[in-house]
Amino acid sequence: MDTTTTPMLETEIRASYDECNALVVDFTDVKYVSSAGLRILLSAHKVMSKKGGLRVTGVSDEIMEVFDITGFSTILNIEKKGA
Amino acid sequence: MKELEIEATDKNLPKVLAFIDEELEKAQCPMRVQVQIDVAVEEIFVNIAHYAYNPEIGTAKVRVEVLGDPPSVDITFIDNGVPYDPLAKEDPNVKLSAKERKIGGLGIFMVKKNMDDVRYEYLDGHNILTLKKGLLLK
Repeated sequence: MDTTTTPMLETEIRASYDECNALVVDFTDVKYVSSAGLRILLSAHKVMSKKGGLRVTGVSDEIMEVFDITGFSTILNIEKKGA
Repeated sequence: MKELEIEATDKNLPKVLAFIDEELEKAQCPMRVQVQIDVAVEEIFVNIAHYAYNPEIGTAKVRVEVLGDPPSVDITFIDNGVPYDPLAKEDPNVKLSAKERKIGGLGIFMVKKNMDDVRYEYLDGHNILTLKKGLLLK
């Protein structure tokens, strides 16, 4: 999830806000996440916290490290890979 | 030392990453370290693309060199846009709740956390930012 790919995810997520109650983002095939990716996750979390919440699943050790460094691991509802 | 001179735009990010990754792969950099370096390179290059010449488009030079034993990489970004020291920005408070968290400032924070050393200087009209990272797993 970098500067060039995040806009696609953002469009997808924004389009689903109205019609969904809870949002699950599957990170199984995500190799890395930059601040552009973190920004969209944080804003999705804020929108979805008024509904059924945002869950991030399939998170690898490498991505978990990014979430830990940035404090996102205490904000987001995260399921690690293989959990 | 290898150098790439390229228009600083988001669109060129994959080319910059490919240029860096080629050198890291030659040095047999572990994937985990490569990912950390790629994230840092993205944050710095995109910063230049968004702010250095805004609203114009300018070029950036990216230099990469792997040296030493154990090996470490130096990656230098040079632009002649407006003087801007990204390291001067205050770190975000990562302990705040989602409601209080501001969107922004995370990129450069991740760079500082993931690299061994980050330096900035403004010299003869150029912003020069250098990242240093050891290539062995810690």
